[in-house]
Amino acid sequence: MVLLVATVLFTLGLIGVLTRKNVVFMLISVEIMLNAAGLAFVAAGSRWEQPDGQVMFLFILAMAAAEVSVGLALVLQIYHQHKTLDVENLKELKD
Amino acid sequence: MDQLLAYIPAFPLLGFLILSLFGRNLPKQLIGVIGAGTVCIAALITIVVGIAFLQTTPEGGAFSQLLWSWFRVGNLSIDISLRVDALTLVFIFIITFVGALIHIYSAFFMWHDRDYARFFASMNLFVCAMLLLVMADNLVLMYLGWEGVGLCSYLLIGFWYEVPSNCRAANKAFLITRIGDTALLIGLFLLFQELGTLNIPGILQRAPDYFASGSSNIELITILLLVGGMGKSAQMPLQTWLPDAMAGPSPVSALIHAATMVTAGVYLIARMHVLFQLSPVTMAIVAIIGAITLLVAGCSALVQTDIKRILAYSTISQIGYMFLALGIGAWSAAIFHFFTHAFFKALLFLAAGVVIEALHHEHNIFMMGGLRKRMPVVFFTFLAGAAALSALPLVSAGFFSKDAILWYSWSAANGNSFLWLIALAGAFITALYSTRLMLVVFWGEMKTPIHEQPAQGMVIPLIVLAFFSVAAGFIEWPHNMVHLTLFSDHVQKVLPETVMKQGLPSEYLFQAIAAFMTFAGVYMGYMMYYGKPGVRWQQSPGLSATREFLFSGWKFDQLYQFLFVKPFVFITRINKSDVIDRMYNGIAQASLRLNSWFSISQNGSLRLYIVGVLAGILFIITLQLLL
Repeated sequence: MVLLVATVLFTLGLIGVLTRKNVVFMLISVEIMLNAAGLAFVAAGSRWEQPDGQVMFLFILAMAAAEVSVGLALVLQIYHQHKTLDVENLKELKD
Repeated sequence: MDQLLAYIPAFPLLGFLILSLFGRNLPKQLIGVIGAGTVCIAALITIVVGIAFLQTTPEGGAFSQLLWSWFRVGNLSIDISLRVDALTLVFIFIITFVGALIHIYSAFFMWHDRDYARFFASMNLFVCAMLLLVMADNLVLMYLGWEGVGLCSYLLIGFWYEVPSNCRAANKAFLITRIGDTALLIGLFLLFQELGTLNIPGILQRAPDYFASGSSNIELITILLLVGGMGKSAQMPLQTWLPDAMAGPSPVSALIHAATMVTAGVYLIARMHVLFQLSPVTMAIVAIIGAITLLVAGCSALVQTDIKRILAYSTISQIGYMFLALGIGAWSAAIFHFFTHAFFKALLFLAAGVVIEALHHEHNIFMMGGLRKRMPVVFFTFLAGAAALSALPLVSAGFFSKDAILWYSWSAANGNSFLWLIALAGAFITALYSTRLMLVVFWGEMKTPIHEQPAQGMVIPLIVLAFFSVAAGFIEWPHNMVHLTLFSDHVQKVLPETVMKQGLPSEYLFQAIAAFMTFAGVYMGYMMYYGKPGVRWQQSPGLSATREFLFSGWKFDQLYQFLFVKPFVFITRINKSDVIDRMYNGIAQASLRLNSWFSISQNGSLRLYIVGVLAGILFIITLQLLL
């Protein structure tokens, strides 16, 4: 049951990453996916009555914090340079 | 005495090395001293060697010196070894002696030139290569010298490389002589295949036993050697490069394109005389080529207006005489004509250089005139040269050598009346154009003011050469006059005596006819050009068309353009995309195609990347589930 919630969360996050245009929202969607994965770990831990799932969630939390700080810094820089956060317009590579 | 031989080419080589490595930083005086001095030293050594040779003929008829072994492959061993016999002695004497005079002259002539050191470096290298050519003991070393003189000729024709036409002339000379060089090289290969040696004495010794006279092998080999000689000596049909080679400085024309290099073909045939004697057909071809060339070039010389081109065509024509003499087996006469020709043609070119320089680089003889009083020394030396060229009886060296050729062209066993008549017509034409040249340049009104008188150092070589142009003939008299045949006695230590016909008319008759033709030529030139500075060939359209035809050198350039250059360009154009080209173009096309495919995946769209990652994950998961 909990795994079903995790799957729904993950799918929502994925759809968010794929459809959102704003980089900030894409980052938030990535966070949602991470949390979905964390939820799945916790559920697994409680199913087998092991502490490993919760330990794993702590790791994911730490990693998510680091990722957000780096990601937001990059987003700020992108905004300074390009005055936009729309991924459709952030195409420097030309073929 | 053997040990001295190596120093003869070594000194000019030393001069070349010094001047090419440090020439930029040396003062001009020193460059002149090194450039001319090394060749003068070589000339002195040559004279010492020559005197020793004449006093006591060395064992085997030659001095020889083995320097070191060049390379050994299988049973072929090529040495750097020098050999001086009677024939070589004549050539090295001319190369170093006339070369030294021309170098002294050039030290003054080229004084104002920017590239003084480069000029002398090339000239010294040329002298070294030419000496190697004639002193080589084997044909491979000779070929080294042969290509060396070709290279120096190229460098010096294109000496003033900033003018595009000079570069074209240099390329033309190099490419056309290359045709001959290729034939010569194939000839050497065949000779090695047949005889197994490239050593010159070895070849001359083995050939009569090995080859049957007139066999197809020996004919092929001699014809290939002949084509090589024709290329270097500017004989028909490879003569078109020499008139254009006059783009170089005048001393270069004197040394390379008149006195020495262009006679390399004569040397080659004389050196390989045993082979040529085994092939009567080739001998006849040599004689016919010489005869045709002397007539064709003589006619072209009649109508030229550029003083150096007149002399260039006359050079081709005189070398034609040498080939004629070689072809009829008058070996010593051919070498004697080379000997005298070197003096008077070098003289004429140097004097022409003085005239051109004095008149602000004016080449057209019809813009000259009246120089007789203003430049008396040049006038008298030029007169001596022109007299020798037109073979004035008894007072010029040219008479003694050319008369011998005329006589043998009838009386030698291979000679006939046809060759004699052509040679006689050539003598008439030679006298005519020499007279025309003299009268137009030195008589009449002055049309261009004299800019400067020649330097003393330029006049002295002219006087020395003028002396030899008159006196060099006295060492070899016709058989029916004074019994003095020093030159042919000397050369016949190496070369066979001319075989004569039986029952000949008196030689006096032939001499009288030859002298008459010369005077007739001089008289006709006098009638046509004396006091009539404006005589041009404009009286009738037929004449002016003929003049145009002769002026362009019998349209050989246009013929070759039509026969070879145009078809070649056409073939290359239609063959532009052949199989190999397509292969390489295909590789380039494939790379471009791949690039355009892959660049779709790298378009910078973040969303597309994510889709890609997702697709990859799904693919892997599916794979996991299935397996």
